[in-house]
Amino acid sequence: MNAITYFPGCSLKDSAASFERSTVAVMERLGHPLEELPRWTCCGTVAALATDDLMHLVAAVRNFERAQKIEAEEIVAPCAMCFNTLRQVAMRVNVDVEARDKINAFMNEEEDYEGGVAVRHLLEILRDRVGWDAIEEKVTEPLFDLPVSAYYGCTLVRPSGVGIDDPAAPAVLGDLLEALGATVVKTPFDTECCGSYQVVDRRDLAVDRSLRILRAAITRGAAVIATSCPLCQYNLEEARRGALAEGMLVEATAPVVAYFTELMAAAMGLDEELLPADLRAAVVRSRETTPEGV
Amino acid sequence: MPRQREVSTERLRERVEEMSGEKLFACYQCGMCSAACPLTEEMDRLPSQVIRALQLGDPTVIESNAMWVCASCFACEVRCPKGVDLAKLMEALRQIRLRRSLDWISLDELPRERIRELPQIALVASLRKKAG
Repeated sequence: MNAITYFPGCSLKDSAASFERSTVAVMERLGHPLEELPRWTCCGTVAALATDDLMHLVAAVRNFERAQKIEAEEIVAPCAMCFNTLRQVAMRVNVDVEARDKINAFMNEEEDYEGGVAVRHLLEILRDRVGWDAIEEKVTEPLFDLPVSAYYGCTLVRPSGVGIDDPAAPAVLGDLLEALGATVVKTPFDTECCGSYQVVDRRDLAVDRSLRILRAAITRGAAVIATSCPLCQYNLEEARRGALAEGMLVEATAPVVAYFTELMAAAMGLDEELLPADLRAAVVRSRETTPEGV
Repeated sequence: MPRQREVSTERLRERVEEMSGEKLFACYQCGMCSAACPLTEEMDRLPSQVIRALQLGDPTVIESNAMWVCASCFACEVRCPKGVDLAKLMEALRQIRLRRSLDWISLDELPRERIRELPQIALVASLRKKAG
């Protein structure tokens, strides 16, 4: 089987290193090894939305050119933000020849990008190519009775035509969690914004949004919130830390925030060192309270 | 000078439509975008009021904080019954200011410790949206 061309993005090499470690390990275990895109660069982080703002598309197109060079037809990103930015740009430059020509003329040190590279999120690969049954087969330590909130945020499901699932009622992350044996906790905030990059100059605003997401999960008994975006992860953890310090939340009920691939690693019995201590503790706790034979 | 104002009004409308690729008059002011937006509490004008101001060619809309509070979450876009992508209108308004070198944030104004603790995904996204 051909290896999957993998686009890590900057966060997975730094603030979200455990996202990358768990991603690589679970894909290996599933028999779909990842091969890192050679000489990848930043995706651009956010998609340029103005029709004449071609300059801000260059970062993404440069990566498509790298993929073209190794004859990869698709690149796969685990980071929801990279995925969203890359897919929005691909949807534009794969069809808008005039825009592509201008960008190619600007990137004169690279070969011309000719269009045709598809962008997929890792969850799409898991759903459409690996399949939930194959994942279930590799689960050796099911997350029985672990209540997990499937938090999608924005970039997995919006805008229309870009997201990987129904923006009003997405199922992909919940289906994955069920394959791992977890109990999916639904909240009205599953596809609400965490505050995103507003955390830079409006920390109050991002913390407020993220606290609402945490509280909705707490009210419904979630022990873990599963994420797919390093920025959501940061904002939720930042809000959690602050609220614990101020006594607005208590440790016993505040959900652990974890990447979906970390939950996969836990269920597949992969090296415990892959798991952050708080997630490992939450998994152990739920196993201790599960009655025999369940 | 009413005449001059009329011209600039028309140009703001045209410019925003051109940059966003959206039709301002498709909006019939149902207010769904304002209901969907998670950040209206912080906005001096509601998202639907921003479109209304653009329809009327009200140049003061460019002074609103709405486009800087908008996080491009697209909650409005997926709910608009008329298919208007408000996130793109907000981007056009940001770009109009940024292209006049009117940055909304500057790295120099952020405390050093804060820059150190923020992940790059937040910093790069924020600066791409709020600085030219």
